[in-house]
Amino acid sequence: MQPTSHSFKENARQALGDANLQKALKLMQSGFPARRAASIARLPEFDALRDQGKAIKDHVLENLDVYLETFEKNVVAQGGEVHWCRTPQEAREAVLAICRRLGAKTVTKGKTMIAEEIALNDYLEANGVTPVETDLGEYIIQIRREYPSHIIAPALHLVKEQVAESFRATHKGLDAKRALEDAPTLVAEARSILRQKFLAADIGLTGANFCVAETGSTLIVTNEGNGDLTQTLPKAHIVLASIEKLTPTLEDVSTILRLLTRSATGQEFSAYTTVSTGPRRADDTDGPQEYHVVFLDNGRSAMLGTEFQDMLRCIRCGACMNHCPVYATVGGHAYGWVYPGPMGAVLTPTLVGIDEAGHLPNASTFCGRCESVCPMKIPLPQMMRHWREREFAQKRSPAAYRYGLAFWAFFARRPALYRLAIGLAARILGSIGGPRGRFRSLPLAGGWTQGRDLPAPEGRTFMSLWAARRKRISP
Amino acid sequence: MPDTPIRVGLFVTCLVDLFRPTVGFAAVKLLEDAGCLVEVPARQTCCGQPAYNSGDKSDAKAIARDAIEAFAGFDHVVVPSGSCAGMIRRHFPLLFTDEPETRAKAEDLSRRTHELVSFLADVLKLDRVPETRYAGIVTYHDACSGLRELGIKAQPRRLLQSVDGLRLTELPGAETCCGFGGTFCIKYPAISDRMVADKAADIAATGADTLLAGDLGCLLNMAGKLTRLGSELRVRHVAEVLAGMTETVPPIGGVAAQG
Amino acid sequence: MSEAREQILGAIRRALGRGAADEARRTAIADRLARHEHNLIPARTQGLDPAGQVALFVQMAEEAQATVARVAGAADVPAAVAEYLSQRNLPSRLVMAPDPALDGIPWSERPLLEIRRGRAEDADQVGVTACFAGIAETGTLMLISGPHSPTRNNFLPDTHVVVMRGAQVVASYEDGWTRLRAAMGEKGMPRTVNLITGPSRTGDIEQRIELGAHGPRRLHIVLIDDEARP
Repeated sequence: MQPTSHSFKENARQALGDANLQKALKLMQSGFPARRAASIARLPEFDALRDQGKAIKDHVLENLDVYLETFEKNVVAQGGEVHWCRTPQEAREAVLAICRRLGAKTVTKGKTMIAEEIALNDYLEANGVTPVETDLGEYIIQIRREYPSHIIAPALHLVKEQVAESFRATHKGLDAKRALEDAPTLVAEARSILRQKFLAADIGLTGANFCVAETGSTLIVTNEGNGDLTQTLPKAHIVLASIEKLTPTLEDVSTILRLLTRSATGQEFSAYTTVSTGPRRADDTDGPQEYHVVFLDNGRSAMLGTEFQDMLRCIRCGACMNHCPVYATVGGHAYGWVYPGPMGAVLTPTLVGIDEAGHLPNASTFCGRCESVCPMKIPLPQMMRHWREREFAQKRSPAAYRYGLAFWAFFARRPALYRLAIGLAARILGSIGGPRGRFRSLPLAGGWTQGRDLPAPEGRTFMSLWAARRKRISP
Repeated sequence: MPDTPIRVGLFVTCLVDLFRPTVGFAAVKLLEDAGCLVEVPARQTCCGQPAYNSGDKSDAKAIARDAIEAFAGFDHVVVPSGSCAGMIRRHFPLLFTDEPETRAKAEDLSRRTHELVSFLADVLKLDRVPETRYAGIVTYHDACSGLRELGIKAQPRRLLQSVDGLRLTELPGAETCCGFGGTFCIKYPAISDRMVADKAADIAATGADTLLAGDLGCLLNMAGKLTRLGSELRVRHVAEVLAGMTETVPPIGGVAAQG
Repeated sequence: MSEAREQILGAIRRALGRGAADEARRTAIADRLARHEHNLIPARTQGLDPAGQVALFVQMAEEAQATVARVAGAADVPAAVAEYLSQRNLPSRLVMAPDPALDGIPWSERPLLEIRRGRAEDADQVGVTACFAGIAETGTLMLISGPHSPTRNNFLPDTHVVVMRGAQVVASYEDGWTRLRAAMGEKGMPRTVNLITGPSRTGDIEQRIELGAHGPRRLHIVLIDDEARP
């Protein structure tokens, strides 16, 4: 699947008219924010923990090379293997090589955004290995061949009727007349279909919310149990992780975990938080015989030392998009790739280029709500503004817009001319619009006046009225 | 009341200047009633947000330098807009990180600059406005910059509650962006329109007859949507109600009553 | 060492404006890792006596939709398990982890419980395990993999029953890691540490929380009240 971020405006237009999507987005708005707020209200230390989480991650980033080396050493000490991949292609090849060596036919997958980022599923399929998504949301979008629309809830954009439709189309062996009216039935059907896949899988592949340097461990944070069945039953466990997931100790992980689940779903803790270290031990009676950590760089090292470094603190909780008023109207697919919402607006241009993703950092009102809920205190609007600065410097914004801005700036720097121009505008617009108090339509303002009136100016500028008042008071 | 009057420079903002001088005069009245000596530097134009938020740092810096110059010497600079006050307080210093001299001036201006309602409540420590009446059910929209950059939330509500006859009813989603966003409503008008439609629905559901806020951009946006929907709701800048200037000037987007 | 590895590490160092980390930096980091300092720990977990910690653990576990039965002693466990299963019309055939912690319980007093000791298989509906610790902060169970505690026993059966003692409850996650490090000693981490809080669930369909996604749809904790500390 190719990114469609360049068609953000068209994507958004479609999204605004999509009744199912709008219904689904309303459900999101009444869910996530309230739950987060409730769980935070119970933890007075939340804000102090944010400062600590930020400090831990900033420290890691300043020492990322040492932490990566330490992590690798500890993985190997426990019998695991680390693979270093600069690009998506290297990561895909590393995963496929393990699959081939083990003769793997199917790979069950826990939810991993990195696998989406490198388009792993398409690649495995093209090379004769069948990937099976097991997280319910990921499974649903896999059978629909869509991108995730949210980094925590991949199928958030769907209503249950759409899920039922996809299940009927895909689960062929079942009674076509069966009822699939409600969520419990849908979940039960997915559970029984996927159960067999867990048991039959040759390899299990998960992501990692954290890579713990102290112990050479990786952590996943889930609720369904699919990640655990994925990584326990098959003969090999592959962890796909980007390099900035490093965290120093289990204690540091605990600090950030206190922020993660509350910010993501409003839970005190997820149902399953699992720490994996190496393959099964000699005297274990279950567990994979091989443990691989496939590290992906793909632009992370290039963000270090730049104005985008703070973005590497992101723990993929989704709070920003849960609270974004733009995301709430257009949903995740409008953003056109793997990472939507405010964090996607910052990250996507680094990964797919500003040419492709230029709209994303522009489609924000800078309301600042994302930054206010970010558990890692990432200044998201500021980084979107940095993208806009780069676009402006490279003359990527539309010409009409740049000329308009230059025109405005010309006047803003020349007070006398500015007074004249604004005064003229006030008089003209005031006299045309004055009788009705507003414009129903106005040349050059079609975008505004299509859906709303433009209130008319009062007819004189404040500055001219003030000057007149001053003259009257002290002639 | 202070012995030597506080010298306040009023930063009018381009939207107030062009669209609604009444807001500027309401601000002046509130400040003078509170004992301030108000001046309006003639060389002011814009705070530079349009350039800044479009990534045009060089024009933003030039405009900021002019503003810093124009407002030198005042005890306080007061702005009837959360976004413009936020621009000056939070972002002017950030513009000059590699120009120490200008940065120092920007930080000095930043310390002296306040949004209007915040100035009255937090600096002058007023918890009521002088004898004012407003018969109406008011709901209040928290404009984003004022809320998140400047912490303006309780202050307008506290002052509004001191207005005789005024009943305040909370707006569900008061803190949700109205979709104006300066350049955003021009670049992404369809999304902006949907956001303000959602906001209008929330406003209508409160049963209020009056909508107030502290930022004219938001108010123009919301008023424009409400009048297009045929709403009778009166939309004003909060300064107008606090200054008791609602009798003679029609609400935003409205016309003067006949007869 | 691979070329990709050197390139990635090199890119990181260049971005940070330095060469390879010097001895001082490496030592500082190694020390930090060895110290396992606690960061801020929420007040709700602090200042509680053992009984208070157990009470918090039970409250938080129940909030997460686990069910908890408190019993006076090991002798009461079989009856508690049998009662739990029969009240919910659940099968009395269960797979029990070969965990020594479960050996001292008089299971034979409940002959209707058909118990198979061993690793869980697909057909097992009910599984009984012990656990390593209980974390009061969020009602979280800490279970570790080992020769007597196969991880799949925590996930395959539809109903998961955990038998534990009050003395296993600690206040915070940090206390859990401290205990784990002490118990593992030279061996280091086990293959898997499961932190389990309530049964399996998903909100992936219209944001409605449904229990029993892939893991157990029921989590029942039988807690033996004892004051003894290990």
